[in-house]
Amino acid sequence: MEPPLQGTGVLFTDPSANRARDTFAAKPRLLHDKRTTVPEAVRQLVHAGDYLGIGGFGSVRIPTAVLHEILRQGKQDLGLAGHTATHDFQILCAGNRTGRGKTLSRVDIAYIIGLEARGLSPHARRVMESGDVAFTEWTNYTLAVRFKAAAMGVPFLPARSMLGTDTFRRSAAKMITCPFTGETLVAIPALYPDVAVIHVHEADCYGNCRIRGTTVADADLARAAKRVIITCERIISDDDIRRRPCRTIIPFYCVDAVCQVPFGSYPANMPCEYFSDEEHLRRWLQVEKDENAFRDFIEEYILHTRDFEEYLQKCGGQPKLEDLRRQEQSQGSR
Amino acid sequence: MTYNSMELMICCAARALEDGKTVAVGTGVPCAAAMLAQRTSAPNLVIFFEAGGVAPQLPTMPISVGDSRTCHRAVMATSMADVMETCQRGMMDYTFLGGAQIDAYGNLNSTMMGTDYAKPRVRFPGSGGANDLASLCWRILVVTNHDRRRFVKKIDFLTSPGYLTGSGAREAAGLPPGSGPYRVITDLGVLGYHAQTKHMEIISLHPGVELEQVRQATEFELGVREPLHTTEPPTELELDILRREVDPHRYVIGRAPVERN
Repeated sequence: MEPPLQGTGVLFTDPSANRARDTFAAKPRLLHDKRTTVPEAVRQLVHAGDYLGIGGFGSVRIPTAVLHEILRQGKQDLGLAGHTATHDFQILCAGNRTGRGKTLSRVDIAYIIGLEARGLSPHARRVMESGDVAFTEWTNYTLAVRFKAAAMGVPFLPARSMLGTDTFRRSAAKMITCPFTGETLVAIPALYPDVAVIHVHEADCYGNCRIRGTTVADADLARAAKRVIITCERIISDDDIRRRPCRTIIPFYCVDAVCQVPFGSYPANMPCEYFSDEEHLRRWLQVEKDENAFRDFIEEYILHTRDFEEYLQKCGGQPKLEDLRRQEQSQGSR
Repeated sequence: MTYNSMELMICCAARALEDGKTVAVGTGVPCAAAMLAQRTSAPNLVIFFEAGGVAPQLPTMPISVGDSRTCHRAVMATSMADVMETCQRGMMDYTFLGGAQIDAYGNLNSTMMGTDYAKPRVRFPGSGGANDLASLCWRILVVTNHDRRRFVKKIDFLTSPGYLTGSGAREAAGLPPGSGPYRVITDLGVLGYHAQTKHMEIISLHPGVELEQVRQATEFELGVREPLHTTEPPTELELDILRREVDPHRYVIGRAPVERN
């Protein structure tokens, strides 16, 4: 059997570098104060039908407050790069099949549904097995390459993954022949998301960002996206940024909004700050088993909470957060 | 000394890793195997996590491939692309993968069960980094329980490449020459692949396991590499390190129901 020359999956986003240039040409370059609130950032920058990229690694350094706010504001028909997506995916899936329309309508899949060693999310499984979300298959590396191509401003990059597999067959990649060596390669199309949401350790008011620990794909994601929302543990001064420019991972001209959200990755891990709340993550997996119980749960914890601070209070408040800080200090990264 | 099947599998996996090599690991068994190898036969084994943790000195087992522990006393916290490109350049010697199904050529399914892709009977997480690692690392190891539902003639979805359809198929598809499946370590024995046909074959049976038992637990026809060995049971030193240093909370070794003598 001859291998297929291209995948049959749907390409949900436009890989054109020229059209992306037109968008980036219109992006403001001024150093101006971009500090705002999470509700305001979501209102202004996330629209129905948008395609999202989420930073971090699923249960590590995720922008939880923005994900909750997307549910609260009832944003509909979103696309998502399901890159290393675990608790972030679980949150967005809570907007499907819970009586509030359809938060997600299309997903590029590298890793979804699972929470790694913790098990699979029953509700995310229900959503993805129901047939009402369109999806295309990729891998963690090839989705990272898609962001990298976009960050480079080119329409595709070659890679050596996915060859010979059903993963390729269900992707929207194409096989090409290397013009230099004649070898078979996979052309991975650039992914320019409408919005990237990334949680970082420190940012100044202009959006210059520092990250500690692994960067996953976030340096590229921030450059690839048309609009970027940053949440951060702390706002620092522009002077601090300029004293150590080598520590800046994301520069201000990529960023549209900066929101200070302490413990903003909770219940996920934040390297060097606090560990994940495994008890609360287990609770999600447990309560999802029953659809009605899960509906009540997200109403109580997300939809009917005022803001992220109230959610932190509900989950154990200061004593809990201090305990997670201690856990991180005793065994995390230094 | 008494040990359980999980402890035996981890010891087999650790022994398969040579000193001075690189390994990309996930959480759970692979991580336990790499940590045990570092403390026994492979002190200079370099551990990578796909989220970007490079050469950590692990204090305890991580719960996520990206959590803080994967960078504990690491030499670098980098990006996923950097780690995967280290594999693509040919610098990753080993990796560990798993899946819901595996076939005779070591192809793995971690995507879905059923026949309708758009509406799967069971949807799994998908490739994650598995397809990339299976494509790009030199030697791929699988550690899994051995039963007929898992070791099947035809997998429902080919997520990550083994030897595809057999000899020469990886190279024909464009995958890096010389890379591919290496060992499958199960609760019944240690398996490898025939040098020419690339078909799975049993190399050693665990103590007390009969060949017929392994054949019963495998839907496809299984080759036998002669002479067929019996797996060396875990040594006291291996068990001691595994239980006291690697997995004191029994997160992984506590999962095995079968005690063996």
